Amino acid sequence: MGIVKLRKNFHQSKWDEPIIFELSTENERGIHVPPVERDIEESSGNLETLIPESIRRKQPPSLPEVAQLRVLRHYIRLSQEVLGVDVNIDIGQGTCTMKYSPKINEVLVRSRKVTEIHPLQPEDTVQGALEIIYNLDHILREISGFSRFVFQPGGGSQALYTMASIVYRYHQVKGNTHKDEIITTLLSHPSDAATAKVKGFKVIDIPPDQETGLPDMDAFREAISERTAGMIICNPEDTEIFNPHIKEMTSIIHEVGGICAYDQANANGLLGIVRSIDLGFDLGFYNLHKTFSSPHGCGGPGLGAVGVIKELESFLPIPVVDYDESGKKYYLNFDLPNTIGKVREFYGSFPVILRAYAWVRVLGEEGLREVAKVSIINNNYVMKKILNEVKGASISFPKTEYRVSQVRYSFKKLADEAGVTVEDVIRRITDFGFHLWTSHHPWIVPEPFTIEPTESYSKDDLDEYVEGLKTITQEAYENPERVKNAPFNSVIHKIQDMSFFEDPEKWAPTWRVYLRKHRNQEVRK
Amino acid sequence: MGAHMESLFEKASQSGGEKIKKIGLIVNPIAGMGGRVGLKGTDGWDIVEKAMKLGAKPWSEERAERMLRTLLPLLKEIKIFTYPGEMGENIAKKLGYDVEVIGKIEGERISAEDTRRAAREMTRKGCELILFVGGDGTTRDIYDAVGLSVPVIGVPAGVKMYSAVFATGPERCGELAVKYLRGMIKELQEREVMDIDEEKYRNGIFAVRLYGYLMVPYDKRYVIGGKSPTGISEKANQEAIAVDIIENMDDETYYILGPGTTTKMILKKMEVRYSLLGVDILYRRKVVGLDLNERDILRIITGKRTKIIISPLGGQGYLLGRGNQQISPSVIMSSGGKKSIIIVATQQKILNLEGKPFLVDTNDPLLDRQLSGWYRVITGYRERWMYRVEYG
Repeated sequence: MGIVKLRKNFHQSKWDEPIIFELSTENERGIHVPPVERDIEESSGNLETLIPESIRRKQPPSLPEVAQLRVLRHYIRLSQEVLGVDVNIDIGQGTCTMKYSPKINEVLVRSRKVTEIHPLQPEDTVQGALEIIYNLDHILREISGFSRFVFQPGGGSQALYTMASIVYRYHQVKGNTHKDEIITTLLSHPSDAATAKVKGFKVIDIPPDQETGLPDMDAFREAISERTAGMIICNPEDTEIFNPHIKEMTSIIHEVGGICAYDQANANGLLGIVRSIDLGFDLGFYNLHKTFSSPHGCGGPGLGAVGVIKELESFLPIPVVDYDESGKKYYLNFDLPNTIGKVREFYGSFPVILRAYAWVRVLGEEGLREVAKVSIINNNYVMKKILNEVKGASISFPKTEYRVSQVRYSFKKLADEAGVTVEDVIRRITDFGFHLWTSHHPWIVPEPFTIEPTESYSKDDLDEYVEGLKTITQEAYENPERVKNAPFNSVIHKIQDMSFFEDPEKWAPTWRVYLRKHRNQEVRK
Repeated sequence: MGAHMESLFEKASQSGGEKIKKIGLIVNPIAGMGGRVGLKGTDGWDIVEKAMKLGAKPWSEERAERMLRTLLPLLKEIKIFTYPGEMGENIAKKLGYDVEVIGKIEGERISAEDTRRAAREMTRKGCELILFVGGDGTTRDIYDAVGLSVPVIGVPAGVKMYSAVFATGPERCGELAVKYLRGMIKELQEREVMDIDEEKYRNGIFAVRLYGYLMVPYDKRYVIGGKSPTGISEKANQEAIAVDIIENMDDETYYILGPGTTTKMILKKMEVRYSLLGVDILYRRKVVGLDLNERDILRIITGKRTKIIISPLGGQGYLLGRGNQQISPSVIMSSGGKKSIIIVATQQKILNLEGKPFLVDTNDPLLDRQLSGWYRVITGYRERWMYRVEYG
């Protein structure tokens, strides 16, 4: 028995820090770039002649003008206003697989052998890097049963977009112009639908059966037609109920000439246990961040590795890494006749590939299977504990007893009984230094939250986390206002009016958009 | 820091408290009584008497009290304008509120006209929110009096509650009012006022009409038919649906558009005339019929290729037969039956049904059966949800 200590005195740094654009002062500089030395200019030519005219700016970009010390303070402050992957138990990030990223892998990616190579270097000079990419491709082939992987997409949604693009291109090449519909399920990740829509498909969502939580098979059969181009789904879905009908579903899609794409963002509990190809999928992706231990997208660059069956290899984005037997060297193969082109520059974020490669090599085949098993056991342990000990919590679709590696829970009972909603609990949980739950819209399950303990966390960690939930829900019943007005110790605060959040016309993804929409100012590009 | 944050919040939550806020309160003392003894409503004193004979007891005052107790944090910040006695005065005074009685009950017994007069007077007095306890009948009376001029929240207490202006319960109504009055909720939504069409009902036809819309402070957790966040607002969702429909329209088809804000967003986006409550027909992107009855619809569409665009009305998922009876069995058959029907619905509207199917009740059992089954409901731009329709 170790130490289970809920850190009730957690206190996060909070700086009233403006955003970097607001710190800008005209002509202030962080660094003065020295002029090009005459010798260099003479040998390489004038800078302006080196950049093609078509991409030369007419005027300088509107970047913030800030002195070095101010920049330093600004970003150090921001860095203190995070929950921090190494200080919190982040099993409740939402639908994201959070796990420990071994520090030794950070040593590897910070090696000069990695930091000082460039994707435009001649192949002969980066043979080692290409070999690692090539080897990881083969390892993922073993895990999934697919014929080839590419590493170009920079994250899960970009991998989904890549898959939608392959489905689109496949039917284009086949002349199937009538096939314009993609099937997905309401409990698959929202990006499955979103990326297919961006590609121009109409998306048909299959609702869950109210009893089992599995995709409603009657609705599924009704949705399939000659117009079905393919299916892009998760299995297990976000509820983590493994779908026993999955082979039937993939074969129904195949019968009408559709393609089955597998969103394997929830693969942690399946590693070494279930192969994608055996379920009838034609392509799929793994997140090397998250599942393969590279840090999660918001904490480091992501990578969605897309794998396909033999028949779809020629549609992959270019280049892919191949090995030339005669010349005994690795090379970039751009010669894929049906390629969808590029979804991102170059051929994948190499540090992410390297971390994943190191992680798999350390674990080996048995180790990978162990990852899956421990994550499933951890998950079902936490589930039982929550159901027994956390008042007001329940699981979605309770008739299905076991889950793979995460559970979608509901605080509906808590909301009904104590008037404290899941959003209140989310804010309160940050007061204990735990990660908050995200990514649950639309709310198919009322007052939803998702916990995925993965293999990284010890029993003590899991107990501590559940202790946190118990403390909060107990507080909700005894002193609901405390939870409703939270947080008190966190950097975030309660927002009174959330309506702007749901109105696309008010969304401001960039500073320039913010100025235009909210301050009525136009800023040059 | 913790204490500091708490005091900040308190300050923020009380920041609106300097000026006394004026609230209207209307309690329909007989609401709901008929239903408890199996009658179809409580419209009229003969029914009340019948209900009382059958053992019905008034319950609206009790529900008003539950709501007003939740409003107590604002005790010192609000003044309640109401009608005498059991229409609000008694209960508001009992709980210690500052109360002004603004009129008197005309005649011997409380009537719909008293409700209308009270509501009108409340807007004149400058009330910024009207809270009422009642059902569809009371809702209609308030709608007749105030329209969209002032926000309203209902405590559900009636027999018929097809309207979508009610909080999910008395306490939720109080909480929603607190949030709205403290500026924590700013969004107001136009929500359906529906009631049984009494004229038809007396002739033996059960027909629910869409009477109009009231402005309701909107928070998903508090309003009936509005508790499932989807990530985007109803308006943004309706616009996305409209863009999809418009993109897929063809010039050879007549489009019948049923009542409702979701269907009419299509016409709004196209910048053509429309009737919010009625049935309109669109052909080649022009409105060729406005607020039509069954006969007019048939005259326009007979022999033409036709599609019917409809959306569930109110909080119960009725797709046909409630609020859009003009789209009659003849109209549906003439358009080509099930395959001519395009259902549009915001994701929130669907989620609020918690898995319950959409319902059809066209008064033609055979047709209802034919219309049942799975549909691809348009729920967004390039997005369809498979959803079941059953007959009611």
